[in-house]
Amino acid sequence: MSISVDEVKKVAGLARLGIPEERLDEYSTKLNSILGMMEQLSAIDTKGVEPLSNPLDSVQRLREDVVTETNQRDKYQTIAPEVEEGLYLVPKVIE
Amino acid sequence: MSHPHSQITSLTQLSLKDLSDGLQAGRFSVMEITDAWLARIEKFNPLLNSFITVLADGARTQAQQIDNQIRKGELTHTLAGVPYALKDLFCTDGVLTSCGSKMLHNFVAPYDAHVTTKLKQAGAVLLGKNNMDEFAMGSSNENSAYGVVRNPWNTEYVPGGSSGGGAAAVAARLAPFVLGTDTGGSIRQPASFCGITGIKPTYGRVSRFGMIAFASSLDQAGPMAVSAEDCAIALNVIAGFDERDSTSAQEPVGDYTASLNNSIEGLKIGLPKQFFAAGLDPDVATVIERGVKEFEALGAIIKEIDLPNSHMAVPVYYIIAPAEASSNLSRFDGVRFGHRCDNPKDLRDLYERSRWEGFGEEVKRRIMVGTYALSAGYYDAYYLKAQQVRRLIKQDFVEAFKQVDVIMGPAAPTTAFKIGEKVDDQVAMYLADLYTIPTSLAGLPGMSFPIGFDEHQLPVGMQLIGNYFQEARMLNIAHRYQQTTDWHLRVPAKFA
Amino acid sequence: MEWETVIGLEVHTQLSTHSKIFSGSSTNFGAEPNTQASLVDLGMPGSLPVLNKRAVELAIRFGLAINAKIAPKSVFARKNYFYPDLPKGYQISQLDLPVVAQGHLDIELDNSETKRIGITRAHLEEDAGKSLHEDFHGQSGIDLNRAGTPLLEIVSEPDMRSAKEAVAYLKKLHTLVRYLGISDGNMQEGSFRCDANVSVRKKGEPFGTRAEIKNLNSFRFIEKAINHEVERQITLIESGKKVVQETRLYDPDKDETRSMRGKEDANDYRYFPDPDLLPVDITSADIERALAELPELPEAKKQRFIRELGLSANDVESLTASREVADYFEAVQQQLGDAKLAANWVTGGLSALLNRQGVEIAQSKVAANTLGELLKRIKDGTISASAAKDVLDALWNEEGSVDQIIEQKGLKQVNDTGAIEAMIDQILEANPSQVAEFRAGKDKLMAFFVGQAMRASKGKFNPATVNEILKQKLEG
Repeated sequence: MSISVDEVKKVAGLARLGIPEERLDEYSTKLNSILGMMEQLSAIDTKGVEPLSNPLDSVQRLREDVVTETNQRDKYQTIAPEVEEGLYLVPKVIE
Repeated sequence: MSHPHSQITSLTQLSLKDLSDGLQAGRFSVMEITDAWLARIEKFNPLLNSFITVLADGARTQAQQIDNQIRKGELTHTLAGVPYALKDLFCTDGVLTSCGSKMLHNFVAPYDAHVTTKLKQAGAVLLGKNNMDEFAMGSSNENSAYGVVRNPWNTEYVPGGSSGGGAAAVAARLAPFVLGTDTGGSIRQPASFCGITGIKPTYGRVSRFGMIAFASSLDQAGPMAVSAEDCAIALNVIAGFDERDSTSAQEPVGDYTASLNNSIEGLKIGLPKQFFAAGLDPDVATVIERGVKEFEALGAIIKEIDLPNSHMAVPVYYIIAPAEASSNLSRFDGVRFGHRCDNPKDLRDLYERSRWEGFGEEVKRRIMVGTYALSAGYYDAYYLKAQQVRRLIKQDFVEAFKQVDVIMGPAAPTTAFKIGEKVDDQVAMYLADLYTIPTSLAGLPGMSFPIGFDEHQLPVGMQLIGNYFQEARMLNIAHRYQQTTDWHLRVPAKFA
Repeated sequence: MEWETVIGLEVHTQLSTHSKIFSGSSTNFGAEPNTQASLVDLGMPGSLPVLNKRAVELAIRFGLAINAKIAPKSVFARKNYFYPDLPKGYQISQLDLPVVAQGHLDIELDNSETKRIGITRAHLEEDAGKSLHEDFHGQSGIDLNRAGTPLLEIVSEPDMRSAKEAVAYLKKLHTLVRYLGISDGNMQEGSFRCDANVSVRKKGEPFGTRAEIKNLNSFRFIEKAINHEVERQITLIESGKKVVQETRLYDPDKDETRSMRGKEDANDYRYFPDPDLLPVDITSADIERALAELPELPEAKKQRFIRELGLSANDVESLTASREVADYFEAVQQQLGDAKLAANWVTGGLSALLNRQGVEIAQSKVAANTLGELLKRIKDGTISASAAKDVLDALWNEEGSVDQIIEQKGLKQVNDTGAIEAMIDQILEANPSQVAEFRAGKDKLMAFFVGQAMRASKGKFNPATVNEILKQKLEG
């Protein structure tokens, strides 16, 4: 498999990375060399092998339904780029 | 010890254990120690760039408080008053936590990571935050927005990565111990390159709460220090269950120092034949083989083992880790924290420009690889396949541990390489983690400790892999070795 | 050829938990912006999710109520997309192994037949925050208080064939989640939201291309929006155009749906198992515990009311419309020991009063035990039914207790047969022609005599006694 410039554009769109037009070729080349390394995997027979998502194969612990958090808005918003009236501001959201 | 400079030198020559013992015995104050280490950082860090932030004032304030508490008998912890540094991805309340990234150049964390809290409670003194590969992605510490870190053994060489800043700091004796993180080898490989001792515990042994994520199913924090004994003391404080991390292990934690002197007579050590095959630098192989013989002389039994799928570990890792990272790093969008581009023209522009400007090249490449591997039409061939092979790799270890107690081999295929040597060849760079990645994928504990030097006088690290939650046994084995050798005590000439 | 509508519904219902699904923040509605947003809810670097036990229990309870399969192992997955109200850049949801799969709900059609609607799955997920579009210098404001609120997304099979059926299913589901106590179902606050997948086809043909309509938050809108969408699709096809698979937003002001922009990533969410969370084990013990907590369901309640209380099918329909009404009725019934009388008043007098006041039974100012006391006074003949209506109004206005009000207003019935007989004798004497007509067979005149007696007593005579005495005197 090899990744074309168009695909690089599409993937960059999904990842919201604004790769400049003139660098798309370079990205395509680099990604292809990395993806080339992955090709070896197809040689391994994995029929019937259950995927491993977590190395310990353990199960989820559940939290009691109790409110433990208090209002920390001022502290958390001191590091925000732009806030007003307690809200985080972003360019207009169009639906 | 009348001259202040000689005292500074001597205080900074002490190991974590000696510092702890001296503080308990009242031989020196926390302030004296803190000043001594800060002075050393001031003197030597410019040569290495191993710190992003030095907390001179904060450390002194903390030292004064702890001195008072010790005097009043309120604080008796082994680590009370012992200085240390944190990799700059552990959140520290009120202190910049940059992750080595421009994206977080202004991220003053609003809370403490679990390990930060634990060390604070123990009374350890935070000297500063260590440089690192951006978002822990790298094997050379060349991917930092704060500049490359230099290897104290030869400053033309890399210290390894991603915990390169911490490893260099310990090797140059700028901190008695540091905490690093290891996702595919980021504690063990720099420990090997810098000639220090570092342990990556079993996945889930140390809480990930407050540790900025790279790849959630692999990330694990651990101590780096001069000796296995010092690592054991530090691990005692940070290991253990934390209800804020769903993947935190509930397994009880013992005292890792209690069994340090146990006998290793009859210990069965497995050597994976795949770790000694093509790709291993012959010079490194020679040192490792000599080390193995030394263990044999200490009474261990050596056995060759087979990890038939371990050669697939690098491709598996470079699918899974970027896939998880691509999602973990989506939160850096310029809205609630971190870098935001100037004058975004719309929402999409805010995202695309903030992320393009904030992330470095390697991080962007991995986000691209990970996004691609998870995208429609490729998920099964890449991500799912990698998760399946990951199970096979784990199974290999499960089988191996039926025959041997621990596994040994090189921590890295080479010693440290020159700065700039591999920056343009990602695949070559990725192979620096050839021997550490299989352990990470299986979630097993692994450590590296110094076992000698190559022809260029660069350190070689021995990797020791234990079964799940066998950290105490591993530290015991390395400690016994360090009782009979002095590789770990050597200090690079420039920093002696 | 006739067009057939095909509808499948996705309902997001907010689960009634105190804290969020993955954090210890409060889920209370209406707080100041971002005051209920913790490190986890803000997606702060290094923060990690821990699953709320109650959310899982409530999902299991729902599964049991719709006769579904409960997954012994359930997995959370990340749904990746960028949106300002989604702080982590992914929503934690479920894909391959939802908690609940393959259940069903029976709905009643207009012709009083029942139809079974399949429920493909119900899965747990976190809610997003809110974008506020008031103008902040041309920008939007983001409030993340709602981010991380637990949702159960209930996905039906495309089994509905009209907007009416869709509404019937939704109403039934709405009643059910409130019955089960898993959600308050408050549609204004967004606790019960619906997206509809709508397509049309010629009967017998395969499914057509569907459009998804979002933002359906009242039963009335849902019906209108679906009908509008069906017409739009038929018009498109009949004019030779094609329906495009897309997301459309319903605008209730204009009564139309329009295509949503900015959802171009919609088909590539890059789902993968969330590595911060482990698989959830649901054991048979968990299921038994959920069964023990499972309240009586509407259907079972209806049958019991008919069987044990001797009520008619008609009575029980409205008595079981909500769990609050049913509980209220049962409380009155138990105090009174007369199911029919209790039923008549809960669905009659009380219901009319609530309607006039514009409140739900839960907000009734007359408690069930107070109504029970009042009805006891009808039963023991102290007051008449019509007087009881006045007492009920007075109770609502907090004028006193049942007996105080009866006393104050002088509403006690006269049961003294001697006094009634005397009055009836006077009436008969004063109306000889009517007496003659009645005796000649004009039965209807009974009402006239009763009316005269009641008027003369200002409504205080016990009408039953009046009837009885009149019968004796006229027929005897």
